[in-house]
Amino acid sequence: MKLVVIAGTPGSGKTSVLLHTIKALMRHEKRPAVVKVDCLWTDDDQRFKKLGIPVHVGLAKDMCPDHFTIYNTEEMLKWATAEGADVLLSETAGLCLRCAPYPDECLAVCVIDVTTGPNTPLKVGPLLTTADIVVTTKGDLVSQAEREVFRERVLEVNPGCIIVEANGLAGKGSFELAELIRSGPDVVDNMLLRYNPPLAICSLCTGENRVARKHHMGVLRNLDGFMEYKGE
Amino acid sequence: MAEIITLTILGGVDKDGVNEPIRSVDISRGEIVGIVGPTGSGKSTLIDDIEQLAQGDTPTGRLLLINGEKPDASVRADPRKKLVAQLSQNMHFLADMTVEEFLQMHARSRGKDEGLVSRVIELANGLTGEPIAPHHHLTSLSGGQSRSLMTADIAVISDSPVVLIDEVENAGIKKQEALQLLAGEGKIVVVVTHDPVLALMSSRRIVIRNGGMVDIITTSEQEQDVCCKISEVDNWLMSLRETIRRGDIVGEVA
Repeated sequence: MKLVVIAGTPGSGKTSVLLHTIKALMRHEKRPAVVKVDCLWTDDDQRFKKLGIPVHVGLAKDMCPDHFTIYNTEEMLKWATAEGADVLLSETAGLCLRCAPYPDECLAVCVIDVTTGPNTPLKVGPLLTTADIVVTTKGDLVSQAEREVFRERVLEVNPGCIIVEANGLAGKGSFELAELIRSGPDVVDNMLLRYNPPLAICSLCTGENRVARKHHMGVLRNLDGFMEYKGE
Repeated sequence: MAEIITLTILGGVDKDGVNEPIRSVDISRGEIVGIVGPTGSGKSTLIDDIEQLAQGDTPTGRLLLINGEKPDASVRADPRKKLVAQLSQNMHFLADMTVEEFLQMHARSRGKDEGLVSRVIELANGLTGEPIAPHHHLTSLSGGQSRSLMTADIAVISDSPVVLIDEVENAGIKKQEALQLLAGEGKIVVVVTHDPVLALMSSRRIVIRNGGMVDIITTSEQEQDVCCKISEVDNWLMSLRETIRRGDIVGEVA
């Protein structure tokens, strides 16, 4: 079983790129299954179902969507195995930039939209810096020079990654991505996260909704960057 | 960088997955080849295939060869080794940077000297009306300014043996001068165009229909004669346009 975790900012084209990549994988007689994790609502599963592959939706609701993905990875792999799949494509909600839900034994794919400008790679954080493959989308909307400047910025923050230029509409890049997935690692066991999660729970995690400072506890960071622990 | 003598396009499939009629096209150094066809027929897709030196790994299944051989994987992706420069249809920049910062960064990505920046701006200003300054923000440039900057950037920073141009005529810049600047000497130029002057300036034109290459037309002597005549008309029109742009009065027909 191969595990591919696809992360990326909302609207970057994760689902569209994935749809083309699935077709390319099926042409090579792979049996992909998809789990789509979102926070509150999704209809992406309908788009995947049209391809006739096993699809499962996970809504994180009140739980952090990345933690939800990590917590349910074992379940997802069990489900995919039961469905007779040999590649599990796990598409994350892609909302928070603090963490990256990539285990070590997966192919970590970050999808990023070129039209967001060449400063975006500096803002995305571990989602981008710990990815194996960075898929750049919507490159047809900018000049070649802009694509090359964007690429340079991605390599500045993640020098070892493979960059795939994709287009979710035309399917450009999907063959290349499918090829990389086919030669990607197999899941063994005892997976570890690539990037450390946040330091500790805070009072918002436990249901605090008052804004005033005095009600907040945990490892907290001030506007000026000073970090402290407040609590018992 | 190895010298490119020929670029070969091996045919793939059209939008219905049927083999396209033209199975092979060789383009040699110094040649300008046009791509023509209805809107949405797949002209830009062919340009994209050439840009990424497709190896049967794009939806069309086309294969690109350089000097009759498969290109090395590194020349496909690494801008420092890229053999292809592309002027696409985009009329605007989206990057929130100044002209100078952007060009410096692009020069770096192509492994070129950052001193080339002033040369790019100088050339760009020769193609457009309102001058561009290094401190201008890219996003505030007009369509014509953006296109001339992209054109000059290709001529200087992305200087490559293969140049792809997607519709230069609607750009609000001096099209023949832009083409001359881009084509340089001894390059392979592929241009998508329906402008009669530009299309007939090419030695051959590939006809695209339903995503496939269906024909190759060699520009006849008669067509070359037509090209000369319409160039004169075109130049006259352009001088009239400049007269009007300057706010001058148009005189009598010469």
